[in-house]
Amino acid sequence: MARPQARPLSPHLSIWKWGPHMALSILHRVTGSSLAIVGALGLVWWLTAAASGPAYYAFFLEQASSWYGYVVMVGITWAFFQHLFSGLRHFVLDVGAGYELKTNKSWSLLIPVAALFTTAAIWLSIFAGKL
Amino acid sequence: MGNGTGIGRVRGLGSAKSGTHHWINQRITAVGNLLLVLWLIFSLLQLPSLDYLAVTAWLAKSWVAVPMILMLISIFYHLRLGLQVVIEDYVHEDGTKFATLLLLNFYAIGGAALGIFAIAKIAFTGAAS
Repeated sequence: MARPQARPLSPHLSIWKWGPHMALSILHRVTGSSLAIVGALGLVWWLTAAASGPAYYAFFLEQASSWYGYVVMVGITWAFFQHLFSGLRHFVLDVGAGYELKTNKSWSLLIPVAALFTTAAIWLSIFAGKL
Repeated sequence: MGNGTGIGRVRGLGSAKSGTHHWINQRITAVGNLLLVLWLIFSLLQLPSLDYLAVTAWLAKSWVAVPMILMLISIFYHLRLGLQVVIEDYVHEDGTKFATLLLLNFYAIGGAALGIFAIAKIAFTGAAS
């Protein structure tokens, strides 16, 4: 397929100073991609383990309740809420709101805090329930 | 970019006329994921135990199995749309891009089918003890 090689590109990653909105934007991709691979595979693994019978499910539970199992599950929880909150920000931007510089910056700073807080609240309540 | 002329379209430039559909479906499945995954998280937190019998008995209920199946459709549809954009942004070589997108479609449909089958098996055959 013939394609013009020298098409103009807009100034890109290399020239802009990093700001919270840029970090949030790339975090949205990173968390989305990891949820799509690790999160979705983990979910399907859990369901197929439950459908495979008690012996295999016991093996699954053993992996899930190991230290690396908890690392993955806490990571997925954080990625989910990070992606959820910045996804909600996208809905706001979709209707044309929230583009004022200050508003945009404060939401971008608030979202990672909210994601960490929610993740911590959920896992602290789980670990508190186990004690 | 193609300006909508015949030759532009032949060269594969310009709009494929399916961008809005992709965009809207990504938002619809986003809302689906928002509701259904939050439902899953809070349901799991409510379960007295996550052992085999508790989980399979819970998954076998129709008001659990049906939203779980809907959730798998919503999740895998959403991740297919999302990863498609990521691939199109970062994979520039035509052959590799085609192969990666093909793999993504297999992954999304295969993963959803596997998960839905697992739920259906538990729901229809009951918890095997």
